[in-house]
Amino acid sequence: MKVLVPVKRVVDANVKVRVNADESAVDTANLKMAINPFCEIAVEEAVRLKEAGVADEVVVVSIGSKNSQEQLRTAMALGADRGILVETDESLSPLTIAKALKAVNDKEQAQLVILGKQSIDGDNNQTGQMLAALAGLAQATFASKLEVNGDSITVTREVDLGSQTVTLPLPAVVTTDLRLNEPRYAKLPNIMKAKRKPLDTTTLDELGVAIKQHQQVISVKAPGQRQAGIMVESVSELVEKLRNEAKVIA
Amino acid sequence: MKTLIIAEHVNGELKADTAKAIAAAQPLGECHVLVAGANVSEVASQAAAISGVSKVLTLEDSQLEHQLVEALTDSIVALGQGYTHLVGLASSFGKDLMPRVAALLDVAQVSDVISIESDDTFVHPIYAGNALETVKSLDDIKVLTLRASAFDAAAKGGSAEIEAVSFVTPSVTSQYVGEQVSESERPELGNAAVVVSGGRGLGSADNFAIIEALADKLGGAVGASRAAVDAGFVANELQVGQTGKIVAPELYIAVGLSGAIQHLAGMKDSKVIVAINKDPEAPIFQVADYGLEADLFDAVPELTKLLN
Repeated sequence: MKVLVPVKRVVDANVKVRVNADESAVDTANLKMAINPFCEIAVEEAVRLKEAGVADEVVVVSIGSKNSQEQLRTAMALGADRGILVETDESLSPLTIAKALKAVNDKEQAQLVILGKQSIDGDNNQTGQMLAALAGLAQATFASKLEVNGDSITVTREVDLGSQTVTLPLPAVVTTDLRLNEPRYAKLPNIMKAKRKPLDTTTLDELGVAIKQHQQVISVKAPGQRQAGIMVESVSELVEKLRNEAKVIA
Repeated sequence: MKTLIIAEHVNGELKADTAKAIAAAQPLGECHVLVAGANVSEVASQAAAISGVSKVLTLEDSQLEHQLVEALTDSIVALGQGYTHLVGLASSFGKDLMPRVAALLDVAQVSDVISIESDDTFVHPIYAGNALETVKSLDDIKVLTLRASAFDAAAKGGSAEIEAVSFVTPSVTSQYVGEQVSESERPELGNAAVVVSGGRGLGSADNFAIIEALADKLGGAVGASRAAVDAGFVANELQVGQTGKIVAPELYIAVGLSGAIQHLAGMKDSKVIVAINKDPEAPIFQVADYGLEADLFDAVPELTKLLN
């Protein structure tokens, strides 16, 4: 079975971003970039399926600027077999991304598409669901466990009240939650080997995907700052403050 | 303008957050609520009794018993074309469902809305809450998920009419196998007035008992950092943060957790934040209204005792 894993280049999770002075966008110039953490979990799951003999090919795809090649190489160093870059310098909505991924998958015909549940920049949590909808496939979002049994998969999902287990017919779309697995680190020899793995580049035009503007960004602002707090010396002082100053306890 | 709110319910009870979505949607015009499931008459009457609702639509079919999105989507897409706004919650259910609906309507979605500025302009956090983006939707149908903690609930006192709508047979289905729900007597994390959260500093699942004792004393909910969940101290549905629950209680007590960007994303809109940590450099102190540099194993039991 073939597994398709979309990955996204994002600002590293440990970097605290700032808003541009003109409030037009978040300033991402010269920041450390990385593969989105949830996408890394998706790659790891696909590679584990390959190691278990369930998958025979893992294809990674990214949509973005030329620099996204770095994240595709990272994914290949982690075990993906080949990469596809849909090169564009436009900022795309999750719906357009989903349309592009559907076009890629129409060619690849993967049995399973594994995505991260959300990217840590846009925090949208939409792309996997939209891809499943457009492709007419069942979806299992926020997966914490994935089992392939022949022509179906059984997925345990993290939901608000606990966890839920569902069975989906293949092909299907799965989005990963944090606890699906712990991604491995890329080893140096694998990083070298990844440089020789195939990486094809295509465009939205070639895929026949039109960019439609659905939203206009009016402003991007820094959130309100909290007033500076105080340090208390003792537990009794804390209780006194909470009772008489903040009035949040009786 | 006409809004359709997708209600959430569990075990025959309408979830409190649906009343928040109803209040938030009032500026968007006439407000209809959709209650979907296998047997929803009870929930429909609860929704009809909320002020501001002009009609409750019931969508009933045995295939909707577990409210899986594949079974729901086609019906909502068919219904949705008659509305200017489709509103869900940014809960695990709403996040699963709404983008699927939006894609089939060929419209974008605005996720996790914290403010409705006008009928087409919405504010939502990006980059783990480190920036607030205001977007104007250019689509004919606006699909939104709302962050419940940013809105107050609508009051009771409505008497909307209830009308059944027809089920559209889904084009693809998945099958429900089972679920594991954590049983707890404590208030729900998302709606609790007080939340006491523990982090890696607790050291073990057993030690979490002191967090639970303090939460119980305050009538609050228990939360946790990712590190505490990953270490197996508590179940993952208690995780507060960018990828867990977003809370904004009156009082948030953070114990033995450093305050990583991803955790702050889930609690920095709390009214009063208390941090107890033995590391004076912990970032959590930068957002805390009251900070106490102390060993949590001394301070937490003492705090619980003093609240007697």
